[in-house]
Amino acid sequence: MNRLVLARRLSVCAVLCLFGLVGPSDAQDHTEYSPTDIEYGISVYRAQCAVCHGESGDEIAGVDFRSGQLRRASSDRELRQLIQDGIPGTGMLAFDLDTAEMTGVVAYLRNWNYEVDAISLGDAARGQSIFEGKADCLSCHRVKGRGPRVAPDLTAIGTGRPPSSLQRTLLDPTGTMRPINRPVELVLADGTRVTGRRLNEDTYTVQIIDDQERLRSFDKDQLQEFTVLTESPMPAYGDLLDEQELADLLAYLVSLKG
Amino acid sequence: MRGNAAAQRIVLAVVVSVMVAAGLSAQVPFERLREAAAEPHNWLTYSGTYFSQRYSELDQVTPENVDDLQLQWVYQNAVAGPWQSTPLVVDGVMYVTQRPNDIIALDARTGRVFWIYRYNPSPNHRACCGSNNRGVAVLGDRVFMATLDAHVVAIDATTGVELWDVTLADMDLAYSFTLAPLAIEGKVIVGTAGGDRGVRGFIAALDAETGAEVWRFHTIPGPGEPGHETWEPCPPDPVTYCDPEAWMHGGAAAWLTGSYDPELNLIYWGTGNPGPDFYREQRPGDNLYSDSVVALDADTGELRWYFQFTPADPYDYDAVQIPVLANIERNDTEFKVMLWANRNGFYYVLDRATGRFLTGLPFIDLNWAEGLDDSGRPVETPQPPGEPTFPGVQGGTNWYSPAYSPRTELFYIPAWENYGSVFVGEPQEYRPGESFIGGRPTTYEPVPDAPTPPGLTRGPINDWTEEAGQGAVIALDALSGAQRWKFEMTDVISSGILTTASNVLFTGARSGYFQALHAETGELLWKASLGGQIVNGPMTYEVDGRQYVAVISGHSLSAFALRGSE
Repeated sequence: MNRLVLARRLSVCAVLCLFGLVGPSDAQDHTEYSPTDIEYGISVYRAQCAVCHGESGDEIAGVDFRSGQLRRASSDRELRQLIQDGIPGTGMLAFDLDTAEMTGVVAYLRNWNYEVDAISLGDAARGQSIFEGKADCLSCHRVKGRGPRVAPDLTAIGTGRPPSSLQRTLLDPTGTMRPINRPVELVLADGTRVTGRRLNEDTYTVQIIDDQERLRSFDKDQLQEFTVLTESPMPAYGDLLDEQELADLLAYLVSLKG
Repeated sequence: MRGNAAAQRIVLAVVVSVMVAAGLSAQVPFERLREAAAEPHNWLTYSGTYFSQRYSELDQVTPENVDDLQLQWVYQNAVAGPWQSTPLVVDGVMYVTQRPNDIIALDARTGRVFWIYRYNPSPNHRACCGSNNRGVAVLGDRVFMATLDAHVVAIDATTGVELWDVTLADMDLAYSFTLAPLAIEGKVIVGTAGGDRGVRGFIAALDAETGAEVWRFHTIPGPGEPGHETWEPCPPDPVTYCDPEAWMHGGAAAWLTGSYDPELNLIYWGTGNPGPDFYREQRPGDNLYSDSVVALDADTGELRWYFQFTPADPYDYDAVQIPVLANIERNDTEFKVMLWANRNGFYYVLDRATGRFLTGLPFIDLNWAEGLDDSGRPVETPQPPGEPTFPGVQGGTNWYSPAYSPRTELFYIPAWENYGSVFVGEPQEYRPGESFIGGRPTTYEPVPDAPTPPGLTRGPINDWTEEAGQGAVIALDALSGAQRWKFEMTDVISSGILTTASNVLFTGARSGYFQALHAETGELLWKASLGGQIVNGPMTYEVDGRQYVAVISGHSLSAFALRGSE
């Protein structure tokens, strides 16, 4: 089984591919980044950058490292220059990093979804068969226009979620279900019951996609009942698939880049 | 109290009439600032008055008619980043700042612009956490602003022309200003930011006429000064990295506006965390005067007393919150107090003449301390490595202003609940001007990989939901600290609070709602969805007999007034 090394390559590749979508072919100065550099870059980022950009990389308006898009730095050379000089007129300061720090933080910014954990990845083609067959994922999820919309669309799930996160979801869907995705049950003022999946919520309103795939918005004070369920309707696949099948399924999910 | 206020208003009206007759209508002498509560049609200081209660005697908008509030005007800007400024209003003219360091003079009735003063801070400034500016001060015929590159400027309030520009500190060492200055008699007072980049904090008073520095108080005492011993020498054989010069770059910034008691002639100012933020082992001792309130003689800047909330802080629990001053009568005794909801999750009541600790108790669930001892010092309960500490790094509250209503005698806190961080401290050598935090906090994720509340900015979708922290307005009895009511919100809050004589409380939400609550009960009275996050303090004023309530949401400054009140 390809384990850590493969996972790292896949993860790095995922980001390279993403940048490929964004910028021209010269988006990178290198074809590979050292896992050691990336891991070192994580510590540099947390010490120097996270205080403004946040651990999540999206706390400056218009900048989201998770997206893999760096508007002002299509190449590593530009990224180094930007970090070294700052951006005049903005809060982006100039940083005097040494060579190792600069190499590390650039490597990390280029590989935001980098995985440290060892992840078992199998064969994506076999995984697609399992996804559409034995695992019956298409009965709830949608991929590239196929399947219903009641569960989250997975067309680009391999871009937004690292492999370790996807694996945890396959094994423990209830424990890892993102709170915003939780199923909701509503009883309207006239007694009508509505079920669906939460898309957004604030103090006064909630937005859902209901079980008929309609986008609906409700004022909470107009509801007789509003219940957010914490049990995922998705089965725990560790009970249904063997280790190889899980690895294949995971490889397929990781391959879904939109 | 109402009688006194009415009498003050009459006296002030006479004073103002005389001034107008003398052709001095644009003047805001110290006496007007001192009696600002008596002219509630204006909003003359960052927090409304020197007591910083964010309370107004205006009462046109009431719980009964607040539903009739109607948008009157909007001023929009195209500047990126959270807009954290609180406007001032002086006799119908509004002064508000926008990023990075612009001052805009507006007609407070229509929102139309008289002039814009643009100060271009050096692109090499090293202000942490965005190009924030929270507002201006007025005194005489001048407007004062402190800048991101550590300057202070004075502007002609009528023409917008710059009168002086002085440099107070070295921006290359990350000194910067993000606060609204405090103007008192003849002086303008500012405090530095940069506590996460290794500054040595200070509060400074400038001559309002010339800009010359009158005094400077270092929030970290130097060798030979009282308190310096709390930056203890490193042991001969330290088991971990210990910085023998920790006090020289130990933070204790003073990045929010202080308060002032003219009778005692004391200025009160909160100070920030010691640095590096998360690794206290390299700066042994209590690290005075970090995470403290200091009471300074307004004439000399000499320290009269201090109270430290979080000694040797490893959690970034800045104590820069606005010191709220109040005189409260109970059982025929008048208490001259300072009210303080701290980022560390405790609510404190201090005697503001002496600094004596009177009361302290948590206003949220927390686990970093099990309580306060008789002197107000926390009894710490550090959490095991990898376990969450509550409150998290953003705190139980933060820089957004609380409010106190002398009518309800309640203290109102914009609070974060059920929000924690896993702190990791790491030794870090100081490098001038660079981030100096000594580790990292990671927001506690009850659900693995799920989003957590963003620290500064919010998108249109709340994908962190109720799981990792919620916002609330918490109302406490000001003297006892007992909770009277709580208004819960789905998202966390970064808005200040305003209360009025008619018991209407205004506050905002990150989700963009502008909300009116009943100040006595917390009942929701009215709301408007303004779209952008509200990360500043709502304020109120009156023009031509009409009360306005102004708030900034996203990139829009909006003013509301009652339908039909024109």
